[in-house]
Amino acid sequence: MRRNRLAATAALATALSVTAAACGGGSSTGSEGTNDKPKELTYWASNQGTSLEHDKEVLTPEIEKFEKETGIDVKLEVIPWDSLLDRILAATTSGQGPDVLNIGNTWSASLQATDGLLAWDDKTLDKIGGKDRFVPAALAAAGAEGRPPAAVPLYSLSYALYYNKAMFAEAGIEEPPATWDEFVDVGKKLTKDGKYGVAVEGGNPVENSHHAFVFGKQHGADFFDAEGNPTFDSPEAVAAVKQYVDFLANDKIAAVGNAEYAQNQSIKDLATGKAGMLLWQAAGSSLKAHGMKPEEYGVAPVPMQSENPPEGQNVNSMVAGINIAVFKNTDNLDGALDFVEFMTSNETQLALNSTYGSIPPVKEAQEDRAFSSTDLTVLREVLSTTSAPLPQVPDEAQFETLVGDAMKELFADAAAGDEVTTESVQKRLTEAQQQMQK
Amino acid sequence: MTATALDTPPAGPGDKPPAGRGAARKRRRTGRGRVRRGALPYLLLLPALLLELLIHLVPMAVGVVMSFKELTQRYIRDWGEAPWAGLDNFRIAVDFDAPVGEALLRSFFITCAFTVLAVGFSWLLGVTAAILMQDAFRGRGLLRAIFLTPYALPVYTAVITWSFMLQRDNGLVNHVIHDQLGLTSQPTFWLIGDNAFVSLVLVSVWRTWPFAFLVLTAALQNIPREVYEASAIDGAGIWQQIRRITLPSLRPVNQVLVLVLFLWTFNDFNVPYILFGKSAPESADIISIHIYQSSFVTWNFGAGSAMSVLLLLFLLVVTAGYLLLTSRGRKAASA
Repeated sequence: MRRNRLAATAALATALSVTAAACGGGSSTGSEGTNDKPKELTYWASNQGTSLEHDKEVLTPEIEKFEKETGIDVKLEVIPWDSLLDRILAATTSGQGPDVLNIGNTWSASLQATDGLLAWDDKTLDKIGGKDRFVPAALAAAGAEGRPPAAVPLYSLSYALYYNKAMFAEAGIEEPPATWDEFVDVGKKLTKDGKYGVAVEGGNPVENSHHAFVFGKQHGADFFDAEGNPTFDSPEAVAAVKQYVDFLANDKIAAVGNAEYAQNQSIKDLATGKAGMLLWQAAGSSLKAHGMKPEEYGVAPVPMQSENPPEGQNVNSMVAGINIAVFKNTDNLDGALDFVEFMTSNETQLALNSTYGSIPPVKEAQEDRAFSSTDLTVLREVLSTTSAPLPQVPDEAQFETLVGDAMKELFADAAAGDEVTTESVQKRLTEAQQQMQK
Repeated sequence: MTATALDTPPAGPGDKPPAGRGAARKRRRTGRGRVRRGALPYLLLLPALLLELLIHLVPMAVGVVMSFKELTQRYIRDWGEAPWAGLDNFRIAVDFDAPVGEALLRSFFITCAFTVLAVGFSWLLGVTAAILMQDAFRGRGLLRAIFLTPYALPVYTAVITWSFMLQRDNGLVNHVIHDQLGLTSQPTFWLIGDNAFVSLVLVSVWRTWPFAFLVLTAALQNIPREVYEASAIDGAGIWQQIRRITLPSLRPVNQVLVLVLFLWTFNDFNVPYILFGKSAPESADIISIHIYQSSFVTWNFGAGSAMSVLLLLFLLVVTAGYLLLTSRGRKAASA
């Protein structure tokens, strides 16, 4: 009996070391990609359409063109936003991932730091037509300053103020608000009979953090200092976050129920007339999906603190958008570069961006008439004049989570009837910063 | 354990299972060819063992290694290169005066409270329903099937439905409580703020109690009817029967059941994650989600692993203590 047990233990130990060694093999990653499988590509697309299915319908015809041109078989997978980053991290760790993938452009610097993505130095960029093809602001949101970008821009987006024209007319409002004071005034006029001035996505940390960034810029706050260290709880940052949360907490122009919105319910609220205004990026196709026709809503730039804000504070959107990257462990490097070239070609850019309601980051494609409709003109102008990229530092992803979460809790406090004060905002933001474990 | 299984001849349909520990012990002593056949069970177990190694033990071992490394985003691509951090990750995790440790400790206490409540209610519901359904009556099969439904549903489908039902503005729960019954003056928030904890316990109990019910129903089948009949003749009422016959007979099953429920609930990731998403509200900041946040969302896998290792140690200690305590109690009871 004892001998048997001993033998079994030995067998176990052997098996353990064998499997452990097998696992270790996966993490030997020094290569810059190979061309071992020149006829296959895996592409992870982000969810840009109204559903994953919609994305497949949009992307498949374009990808078929590429397959016909090159003879490369492209496997497409559309990945929802809430799991995309986890999937990328897992792929980076294991070395087993797609060849080409979409990333949220705010993750660029964070993912750049993992060294899992192919660096786009000038030589590589030349293979897809050179960096001059891209709008500089969009390319600036593709990695830390002074380093070769970790990705190239694919779709550009900006925030805008969407408003319900009928509700504005009914309340006698002629112009969309240009400052936040006007915004709150308009909001108060619209707030009556169970309807509200604005809908906010209070339970969605990422969405919150984007607004924190823009309000922060307007107050002169950056959430990171020059060395890339977090400064979440500066007085300016506190003022910025409080101003946004106050729409629900003190101005009461947003419904308390918004505090738990995290599934894009705010778009639905605008479309169904439950709220008169919405701060969103490229809401067009989603509003349409909820039955709101393009002539029923107006699009204006997001308000500023004053009519003429000082230089550096005249920011009313982040440079939002999607970048396309090549995974360093690809086994079809040339094919991957060809695919990125195809995706950023003028024709593909035109087709995809016009369907998704985004702006092409490729200069030439942007000039097409398809992007001169009123709402897209607004988005385009904001992008080229008054937008700023989120901090391109390795810890950016943590900012989105921690500050966004703190704001979620502040909304929850307000919804529960607790007062939101400068002190309570300060406390939450300090706590968020302390969670940065360095 | 394996020896018992081996030496017992395969049970045919007519065979009675060994009546108790005494019988099993006797068979083991008289078993022949033990040494020759000794290798067979290991051979049969080998595939399962290998898979168990691959799926559970190796990742655990890797996790333990990771917990001693400074595994941030800079090193995840080639995590062999990550510098050794010694005990730093653990030090940060258990430094309860500093923010990170304090948050972990708070999350730990919330998880304890949640586990006690969820396991308690699940067990209570399970045992009550099982006892009530012990006697045959019309519709018993149907009721049993209905009771088991939550357990049979895929967890994602079930919990996402709950998250819709618990929405403040459009949810079914508030529609009934507020709109129809008028019990509250304002619609209640169930998914944010302090009520999130209540929702979590509720959904978790709803998910778990059918399992308790199932196991206890099976266990009740083993209590001979004659014991009840005899006690009834002696004048025992229903409460006395439950207290003196049913519950003592269920004791060995309960011992395992409560332990399993405890481990599942304490470690549960699916229910809170589906209910609240990546960032649970403070009141329902369960430790599994907290660790997920600490590793995936802040990209510090070393720290996350250190917290997981601490959790593993805690659960091991509790399990060992529990088994020691209950088996000693059982020995005392049977002596």
